[in-house]
Amino acid sequence: MTARPLPAPAPVLQALGVVKRFGGVAALDGVSLAVAAGECVAVVGESGSGKTTLLRCFNRLVEPDGGRILLEGEDARRADPVALRRRIGYVPQDGGLLPHWPVLRNVALVPWLCGDGGAERKAADALALVGLEPAAFAARWPRELSGGQRQRVALARALAGAPAIVLLDEPFGALDAITRADLQEMFARVRRELAAAALLVTHDLHEALALGDRIVVLRGGRVEQDAPADALVARPATDYVRRLLERSRVIR
Amino acid sequence: MRAMTWLLAAMSAGLAPQAPPAPARPVVVASKPFAESYLLAEMFAQLLEARGYAVDRRPGLGATEVAFGALRAGAIDVYPEYTGTGLIAILGERPAADPAAVYARVAAAFRERWGIRWLPPLGFENTYAIAVRRATAERYGLRTLSDLARVGGALTAGLTPDFVGRADGLPGLARAYGLRFEAVRPLVPAVKYQALAEGAVDVIDGYSTDGQIARYDLVVLADDRHFFPAYEAAALVGADLARTSPGAALALTELSGRLDVRRMRELNRRVEVDREPVAAVARDALAGLGLAGLGLAGGARAPAASRAASQSRPPSLLAYMLERRALLARLTLRHLLLVAGSLAAGIALALPLGLLLARVPRPAGAVLGAVGLLQTIPSLALLAFMLPLLGIGVVPALVALFLYSLYPILRNTYAGVRAADPVAAEAALSLGMTPGQVLRWVRLPLAAPVIMAGIRTAAVIGVGTATLAALIGAGGLGDPIVAGLALADARMILSGAIPAALLALVVDAGLGWMERRVTPRGVRG
Repeated sequence: MTARPLPAPAPVLQALGVVKRFGGVAALDGVSLAVAAGECVAVVGESGSGKTTLLRCFNRLVEPDGGRILLEGEDARRADPVALRRRIGYVPQDGGLLPHWPVLRNVALVPWLCGDGGAERKAADALALVGLEPAAFAARWPRELSGGQRQRVALARALAGAPAIVLLDEPFGALDAITRADLQEMFARVRRELAAAALLVTHDLHEALALGDRIVVLRGGRVEQDAPADALVARPATDYVRRLLERSRVIR
Repeated sequence: MRAMTWLLAAMSAGLAPQAPPAPARPVVVASKPFAESYLLAEMFAQLLEARGYAVDRRPGLGATEVAFGALRAGAIDVYPEYTGTGLIAILGERPAADPAAVYARVAAAFRERWGIRWLPPLGFENTYAIAVRRATAERYGLRTLSDLARVGGALTAGLTPDFVGRADGLPGLARAYGLRFEAVRPLVPAVKYQALAEGAVDVIDGYSTDGQIARYDLVVLADDRHFFPAYEAAALVGADLARTSPGAALALTELSGRLDVRRMRELNRRVEVDREPVAAVARDALAGLGLAGLGLAGGARAPAASRAASQSRPPSLLAYMLERRALLARLTLRHLLLVAGSLAAGIALALPLGLLLARVPRPAGAVLGAVGLLQTIPSLALLAFMLPLLGIGVVPALVALFLYSLYPILRNTYAGVRAADPVAAEAALSLGMTPGQVLRWVRLPLAAPVIMAGIRTAAVIGVGTATLAALIGAGGLGDPIVAGLALADARMILSGAIPAALLALVVDAGLGWMERRVTPRGVRG
């Protein structure tokens, strides 16, 4: 690996000291992180660490109480939330496909919302990209798909609008081990091909290490460590991170 | 409509200062839903027609509250009422036994308060009669109500619901005689006598002029402590008619003092037991009194007689219904229009309201609770409440049915939209649908079958409830049901009940089909 002479490119997505309280409890207590162009950041944390709340702050389903969020350098609070969300791809854990729409219409959702006349062609391209033959799958109903196929469609839907970044909330968590491995591989390939920026939330450290260029460990609404994958394994910054690595048998 | 007839009346009055004896608008003659009331009202109507007045008949209006409410509101002009009912149920005063004093009291009070006139009584009292089977009377040696008080604890009473409740009914009777029964069952008048004859109950409340008393050879127990108040029958005339057409009221007084208990019981028997048509019996009665229809009587008697003859071999239910198919078709159409009209209005209000509550759920509990409360108001009470505002007829029936349709539609819309695939709805929002688009493209299509099920429930309830519209003169399939119940005529009841049940099945099936049609293909089971 040669040293890169270029300065680090401006982040696609940036959180600066984001705070969110529910009642008296701080779910997010000054979280800062950045996702650079073409980078995949994996946010790891246990249940209650605040990782889902953080994700929902990015597409403004939750409004932070403090701090700032920047999408491509622009303050998210100044953006129209609907327009903002159309620039952010989103893959929920269980797909969240519209059950009464066929696959192609689901995938074409964002371009269609944006009034794009080529929505169906973009949707077909996105289906092919995630490894689903458009001719075979376009007219199928979501309930006729396997769990893995559903997540592929959900990813295709998140990508079809050519978003600035894709947010993924435990996207492979509900799948069996073999399907999960297939989908992780597919995701890594697609991301490479598109050079897409992504922010992946997961409780599975192996998945984070496999897919993330950089890992952010979240604990109790605070960032415990933010480091490239290899650096995290080599130099855990805190006891918590070390225990996490040990428990996941990444190190012994 | 009413305003227009009044306008016409006023115009014709203005154009022709020497007003003709007959007013330009028909005299609206109504009755309560029992045989004697039907019969007396028909006699009033025929007498008025014989004297040159146009008549609009509104038989079988609800109960006292509805009929009197309609009279007070000017929706009807005259109906037969009883002085005791006027004193106790309407004025809310204490029962009194002296007929002359009661008449004097109600005549003065009604005139002063509402301008309503009690015409001089018809000549008979129809007061409460407590009756037992002859075998029961002999076994216990019962002749008077005091006798009954001795053995009441061993007997089951079947009493009309309003008798159980009103002050001049069971509560007062129990106090006056120290009377107690082993059990009291509320029974509608239509089944009372049969229940007594078959031994299902031992004691019933009846009326002294009931034709059924003679039919079943019942013993009427003497009111030896003079508890029951005077109930003299008389025509009750509304303020409008009394003012604008005193001639019509005068014509009705020709019946005053002409009907005694024996004659009335006999007339009632012909209607209740022999099933002769009310109009024919009324015609005979007027002819018998020399009041009307001598020229008609010959022609009128013949069909009445032939009908009475055919009574021995009554036509089958099917033949009966076929004979009345034009009428039944008209009633079914009216019924359907009542349901469809009220349902359309119910959807127009409850559907958007349900969607709004799904968006702003904070007041949902209160709104659903309030609308649900409407559902618990008994239909007849609701109709009676609305009388002063809306009178009688189609409009209040539509309003009542509309109110009853709200809850199932509102509830299902709210619950269906709230419950519609929350994960898909949130994903759609996250990907940039506006909340309105989420509603239009996700929640509403997914909730459509649930909403449709609510509409279906409301429609089927509506078909059933609309039969009660007959009690406020709105027509529909309730007409033969109410009249049949009052006349204890099972065929007549069924001729309304069967089409109503079929209508409910058809509406249910049709809307069930719609429910499947609106279920999106991707989620169809």
